[in-house]
Amino acid sequence: MAVTTLPSGPFGWLSITWRLLDYWITVYRRTWRGSVFTSFLTPLLYVVAMGVLLGGFIKTPAADLDGASSYLLFVAPGLLAAQTMQLVFGETTYPVLGLIKWHKVYASMVATPLTVSKVVIAQLGFIAFRIMSASVVFILVMTPFGVFSSVGGALGAFFVQLLLGMAFATPIFAYSAALQSEEGFTVIFRLLMIPMFLFSGAFFPLRNLSPVLEQIARITPLWQGVDLTRMLALGTWDTPSALVHLAYLVVLSVAGGWLAIRSLARRLAK
Amino acid sequence: MPYEYPSVTAAPQSPGVPAATDSMVHARGLRKTFGSFEAVRGIDVDVHRGEAFGFLGPNGAGKSSTMRMIAAVSPVTAGTLRVLGMDPQTDGPLIRARLGVCPQEDSLDPDLRVRENLLVYGRYFGLSRRAVRARADELLEFAQLTDKAKAKVDDLSGGMKRRLTIARALINDPEILLLDEPTTGLDPQARHSLWDKLFRLKEQGVTIVLTTHYMDEAEQLCDRLVVMDKGAIAAEGSPLELIREHSTREVAELRFGVGQHEALAARVADLADRVEVLPDRLMLYTEHGEETLAQVHGRGLRPLAVLVRRSTLEDVFLKLTGRSLVD
Amino acid sequence: MSIAGAALVDAAGRRMGVTRSTGVLLGRHLTVFSRNWTFFVTGFAEPVLYLLSIGVGVGKLIPSFDVGGHTIAYAAFVAPGMLAASAMNGAVMDATFNVFFRLKYQKLYDQILATPLTTGDVARSEITWALLRGGVYSAGFLVVMSLFGLIHSWWALLALPAALLIGFAFGAVGMALTTFMKSWQDFEYITLSTVPMFLFSATFFPASTFPTWLQWVIDVTPLYRGVVLCRELTTGQVTWGSGISLVYLIVLGCLGMVLVGKRLERLLLT
Repeated sequence: MAVTTLPSGPFGWLSITWRLLDYWITVYRRTWRGSVFTSFLTPLLYVVAMGVLLGGFIKTPAADLDGASSYLLFVAPGLLAAQTMQLVFGETTYPVLGLIKWHKVYASMVATPLTVSKVVIAQLGFIAFRIMSASVVFILVMTPFGVFSSVGGALGAFFVQLLLGMAFATPIFAYSAALQSEEGFTVIFRLLMIPMFLFSGAFFPLRNLSPVLEQIARITPLWQGVDLTRMLALGTWDTPSALVHLAYLVVLSVAGGWLAIRSLARRLAK
Repeated sequence: MPYEYPSVTAAPQSPGVPAATDSMVHARGLRKTFGSFEAVRGIDVDVHRGEAFGFLGPNGAGKSSTMRMIAAVSPVTAGTLRVLGMDPQTDGPLIRARLGVCPQEDSLDPDLRVRENLLVYGRYFGLSRRAVRARADELLEFAQLTDKAKAKVDDLSGGMKRRLTIARALINDPEILLLDEPTTGLDPQARHSLWDKLFRLKEQGVTIVLTTHYMDEAEQLCDRLVVMDKGAIAAEGSPLELIREHSTREVAELRFGVGQHEALAARVADLADRVEVLPDRLMLYTEHGEETLAQVHGRGLRPLAVLVRRSTLEDVFLKLTGRSLVD
Repeated sequence: MSIAGAALVDAAGRRMGVTRSTGVLLGRHLTVFSRNWTFFVTGFAEPVLYLLSIGVGVGKLIPSFDVGGHTIAYAAFVAPGMLAASAMNGAVMDATFNVFFRLKYQKLYDQILATPLTTGDVARSEITWALLRGGVYSAGFLVVMSLFGLIHSWWALLALPAALLIGFAFGAVGMALTTFMKSWQDFEYITLSTVPMFLFSATFFPASTFPTWLQWVIDVTPLYRGVVLCRELTTGQVTWGSGISLVYLIVLGCLGMVLVGKRLERLLLT
């Protein structure tokens, strides 16, 4: 009979979490084809349609476009951050509830020596991988359009996506894990994701909004990501405001992570 | 006051609908193939008005395919099939209007509440809102679900879902009730309560056609049944007739030590009509179990445990369809 | 083959008309929907938000917009595009994702076909439902357009039936394609066709920005015909081309319906 052991030591938790790797690799190998289009063609089409073609009609001076000398340069970083958000919404809603409710996969995972926090961390790891691969593709697609002013900027934008993604992933995971029925997703898709997508500075400068809406848009997580990505792409880095954005996203990720573990643990204890 | 299931003796009639006949289901040489796979290989079946008729068989025997053809949702590949005197090929909607169907997996509408499931389904039959409301309340009572009327379908237990599915199948006051494995997956209490309901329906004249792989269920419910195996009919008759014909009156089960059964079988072979060797026991099919047992003892054999019992449909079934697993 | 055939009868043996049999199925959807009205309301908000974001927010960056010699506000240009695109998206959503779910997971159609109803009733009721829902959304959107002063002609009243026609064409074709789907991964193909249409069918900018050969390609896509038709109606520039769009969409929808009926029969009556 096979004897299973629990590794100890400072990195014991990591090696336990690692046991979930095979699960996620298997899932990815079965589904990656479906995401090839979404992660490659969609950004390209959006950049061409909005940035190049619609942008051709926009002759706004850089001062009114957050420092971008063309609409293409303005909108492309916004689209990158928006893509990260949409990807994370997709990965942390239906799949999470599905694993709880329909396929009962979490229940079978925690019936092994794995614990809830490891299950959550492993899935966040998978989502991080999805964000990274989608972001790399997007950044490569945008580079020929001259969107990045420097290699460092492109690299920085890549890491910002990871942080922005986690800031969305952890609280939504917590929400999904507590949800009884999938109807609750419609609410967050339509009341959170789409308004953020459309009004958090991805498509037009926030000052085009009315003063009240502008203030609301400034406190959305997506704006933090959009502004960071844009500053890095354009080379208009402003340390004080960047630090505020970064701190915001780090706090949200950590608090959300704590909530996610608590939420899933409560759900599985039922 | 106990609830009475509304009588169905007066079959709904109208011009253009063939007259009621005593042959509810009539099949000759009925076949169903899916590509090169032959699910049903030419069966003859007759179900008469008011009887409970069973299709008994292991998984993959062709029971469900037969049921779907009778339900007029699956085209007949070859042979003759008449349901209520009509051809499903040409009169599908007419036939379905007078059938109640309870599929193997509860296909309740999860977007609707319990009572709404009955209301909406009744509307599919073209019943008026008023008629369907009254009928739904009667059926909720019949299914003991009145206090669950507003519950979500997902929140019901397995037994409740099954009762609701059966109640739903009765919404149009059907002349034939088709039940595909009605009690699979239910706990003993739920099974007995369901049998009780089905028995009462039969009492009131509803013709019941069911499939099952449970012998006790077939013995409880069926007036007549056919045993199906690999798409063909292996035997036909009432439960008692089948036992008489395909098995002996009694069975003596003898347990010896592990590994001895094969060798000992030869020494008792002549004492019974048939001897079957299982890993944990010998089965001796015989008319008089106690006498056979005495003869076994007379040969100096000392089984560790013995059981003498009546033959059941299970013995018939296993004899006809074999012991190997079918998936 | 009449397992699916025309002779509709109710439990009393009376013949049921097509209207009545479609009606009872719509009754089912209405019962479900009456409980999920938040879903309904938020669905209406989506195209309006797009109009506000792209039409108004981005529109502020485009002082004047020149289409075919006429100068119109960018929002007035985008709004009919949004009307047509949301008619497409709504119908595709209803006729693909929802139908697939009912077909494969809920087994709703199997339940329905155990009754006197037929595959034809299923197809008709699903399309009618998609049209009813889409029609309410479109009417609301047209009201919003008029409140924003984006309607320039009484022809705009005909934009409602035009939007319904777009819904019919996409709904019928979408549902026909859905009957070929094996798993959720196949829906990538739906996205593969709707996203490019959404972005390039003169929704956000005129097709004249494309090279001539590409204009020809876009000319024959159904959404482009719908967008142009809606725009001609709301701006009051109706031409013979509008008639071509009309016929095109009607033919497409009818072809889709014929295919749906055949396919459902093959899938469900086996």
